[in-house]
Amino acid sequence: MELDIVELSRLQFAMTAMYHFLFVPLTLGLSVLVAIMETVYVMTGRPIWRQMTKFWGALFGINFVLGVATGITMEFQFGMNWSYYSHYVGDIFGAPLAIEGLMAFFLEATFVGLFFFGWDKLSRRAHLTVTWLVAIGSNFSALWILIANGWMQNPVGAAFNPDTMRMEMTSFFDVLFNEVAQAKFVHTVSAGYVTAAVFVLGVSAWYLLNDRHTRLARRSITVAASFGLAATLSVVVLGDESGYSASHTQKMKLAAIEGMWETHSAPAPFTAIGFPDKEARETHYAIEIPLVMGLIGTRSLTEEIPGINDLVDEARRRIESGIVAYDALMTIRENRDATPAAVRETFEANSNNLGFAFLLLRYMDDPREATAEDIARAADDTIPGVAPLFWAFRIMVGLGFAFIAVMAYFFWRSSFCQQSYPRWALRLAVLIIPAPWIAAELGWFVAEFGRQPWTVDGVLPTALSVSHLSVQDLMLTLAGFVTFYTVLFIIEMGLMLKYIRKGPFQDVEETEAWEARHEHRLRTHDGQGPFADPEYAS
Amino acid sequence: MILFEYVDYGLLRVIWWVLLGVLLIGFALTDGFDMGVGALLPFVGRTDVERRVVINTVGPVWEGNQVWFILGGGAIFAAWPPLYAVSFSGFYLAMFAVLAALILRPVAFKYRSKREDGAWRSGWDWALFVGGAVPALIFGVAVGNVLQGVPFELTPDLFSRYEGSYYGKFFGLLNPFALLTGVVSLAMLLTHGAAWLSLKAEGPVAERARRIGSVTGFVTIAGYALAGVWLAFGIQGYAIVGEVVTDGPSNPLYTEVERTASWLAAYSERPWIAIAPILGFLGMALAVRGLRAGREVSTLLWSKLGIFGAISSVGLTMFPFILPSSINARSSLTVWDSSSSHLTLFIMLVVTVIFMPLILAYTAWVYKVLWGKVTEASVTGDTHNVY
Repeated sequence: MELDIVELSRLQFAMTAMYHFLFVPLTLGLSVLVAIMETVYVMTGRPIWRQMTKFWGALFGINFVLGVATGITMEFQFGMNWSYYSHYVGDIFGAPLAIEGLMAFFLEATFVGLFFFGWDKLSRRAHLTVTWLVAIGSNFSALWILIANGWMQNPVGAAFNPDTMRMEMTSFFDVLFNEVAQAKFVHTVSAGYVTAAVFVLGVSAWYLLNDRHTRLARRSITVAASFGLAATLSVVVLGDESGYSASHTQKMKLAAIEGMWETHSAPAPFTAIGFPDKEARETHYAIEIPLVMGLIGTRSLTEEIPGINDLVDEARRRIESGIVAYDALMTIRENRDATPAAVRETFEANSNNLGFAFLLLRYMDDPREATAEDIARAADDTIPGVAPLFWAFRIMVGLGFAFIAVMAYFFWRSSFCQQSYPRWALRLAVLIIPAPWIAAELGWFVAEFGRQPWTVDGVLPTALSVSHLSVQDLMLTLAGFVTFYTVLFIIEMGLMLKYIRKGPFQDVEETEAWEARHEHRLRTHDGQGPFADPEYAS
Repeated sequence: MILFEYVDYGLLRVIWWVLLGVLLIGFALTDGFDMGVGALLPFVGRTDVERRVVINTVGPVWEGNQVWFILGGGAIFAAWPPLYAVSFSGFYLAMFAVLAALILRPVAFKYRSKREDGAWRSGWDWALFVGGAVPALIFGVAVGNVLQGVPFELTPDLFSRYEGSYYGKFFGLLNPFALLTGVVSLAMLLTHGAAWLSLKAEGPVAERARRIGSVTGFVTIAGYALAGVWLAFGIQGYAIVGEVVTDGPSNPLYTEVERTASWLAAYSERPWIAIAPILGFLGMALAVRGLRAGREVSTLLWSKLGIFGAISSVGLTMFPFILPSSINARSSLTVWDSSSSHLTLFIMLVVTVIFMPLILAYTAWVYKVLWGKVTEASVTGDTHNVY
């Protein structure tokens, strides 16, 4: 297979980003879960909660470090592989990345050292504060990254400047409060919480199946199931919010996810299953659920959701307008300040569609020479890969609902059935450990593959965003990253499994002694609460 | 938002040029000793316990220190997008090598202690060596190349193109002057790492670090002087032709640029900048003396001063150039034509003014909590919470 610079650059970004996101969701969720456990420790003073904090904290650390390591690449590869993108939108896109460093990553990385090294150097409360700062830092990190990503999906608060040949920020608040970014942030962070909850639940279930560390496991399941139930509900609700915002910001993505070729009279049905066919422009054997799509997409029964064919027609009109803008831009560039006002006005009137003219650059050097066929071909390019999106989305959503069921079941058993769990449920909990990662990666796939052929929706085509590199360069670094990341990932998995098998290894004797005394007291002191003795009430 | 227009665009550009320097120097002062310590590790620690002492001197802080690097990347992206776009793709394979080394480092810190066996640990020790030495060398090589001009040009669309085949270009980076600056950078950070170990470790480890550090400190001074002489007589400089517009649009092609006899003309135009190289020499010389005399806190401070002087001397000498082009002078990036927009620079400044003091405050608090020497007893006594 012959791959060109654009495809290799995309492959490399997809690879490094998806590897990075193997570690990020667990960091996001586990940091909060660990902070919750330590809070319980500080409030009750029971050593078992400190043991849990340290045990899950050790697993957090093994995972965290690879999130950090693979994150380094993310910060620099825009400049390396996406040079024109960096020039073209750096004025807007760079800001949230830099603020992420200032506001979030510094916080998280500075205090994570004290989380591990500070147990003997800090008071209980000071250490708890440190743990929460790590969790808050991680979560704020996600906020800024998703503001950056949200802008790629829905580029608000920016305008093209002909003098600098790039997009420039016009309103920071629009970029910050971009509805797509806000919905994506909560959705992504919740997905991280689900991942951590499923992970803690699964590992604890494995301990219960093997009758090991049962005190730690039961408490961990209680925390994971309550936290996880809230998180799974949030992830699905905010996923719906993303769908709603897509219906007016990224219509093509939404139509592709639905395999919806023709505009349906409102309210549109939701296609549960079907086989989208891009050649025939049809979704075969579609099983439709009436009304649902219209309700999700527009939250009304009267608004229409446009189908792919109508959107392609719209793209054609925008390309034509983009060519007018491009022509005006060339005049402006030649004459600079001497440009006639009428040309400036023409440019302003059409500049929103400039990016659509760039779609033609794949086929020619000057978009002004485009024929009607060229324009039709470029308009067809605006359809992303429908079938992969259709299926990826459905698997993700299916998994989301499955997580709600699992979490609700464990929450119920933990709250109302004396924390007794049937063995089949425990086995299921172990089996589904990888599922949240699959859902999360598919989610990113839908978001980013669905944005094609754009890096910034409607503004800059992917094909134009790359660097002036050679195929050999990209092959070398791609092979380098794949090998390197895979080795690190295998080492990480090895250590994870080793530490899970080993179980909690810190404060073991102290915790056992405390629990034994405590249970003894529960049996002997009739009518008195477990904390009746002031010795244990601290 | 009208507020931002009260701060002059040209002034904001200068402020962001200074902040870029602050971030790079912040990176060199903090993560610099982590890299130096990593590169020294196989030589100052002979036994596993000694090596654990060495690693634990930076164990709790390297992660925070590394953020200076990440933030440096983010700040270049946000404040100097053309610089971010041109330099990282231009130094492509060198950047890849830096990233690979810096990815290896966190993993080595964290995973080394997770298994007992000797091969596992010595493997990660060499990973720490690579993670420290390779970036330190490459950063210096990059500075040497920037001073000579980088072979890129901008198209009218501001797409950056590079001359020559890629592998040729990669080895082209390794020219004699750049190798010299690379050695200076490596020697400087090794000295800084040695000064750190002299403060945080004791016994034979600190002793060896001081011995190596006084040699590398001397190499730094000699190399820095040689590079200065070379720069005076062997390397052309750049200058903007005609009137300098400080608040024009960020389009490098709008500025006319020519080559001049030497960068050092800057020192006759702005004699006060000579303070930077003087501080560079003074700091390094006093650091060497401190290492020899076995002083601890003051040695680290002198070494910091030396690094501050050396890095700022490069920036001040080149001002207003950031990334000159060797094949098309007009494409060169300067402070006046390759920044973000007025609004973005202003917003980023506000955010920095709010958060930078906070960062410095909590970083200082963390160092205070961790104050004191790392000893063999402290690492063997607590096997769970240390590396």
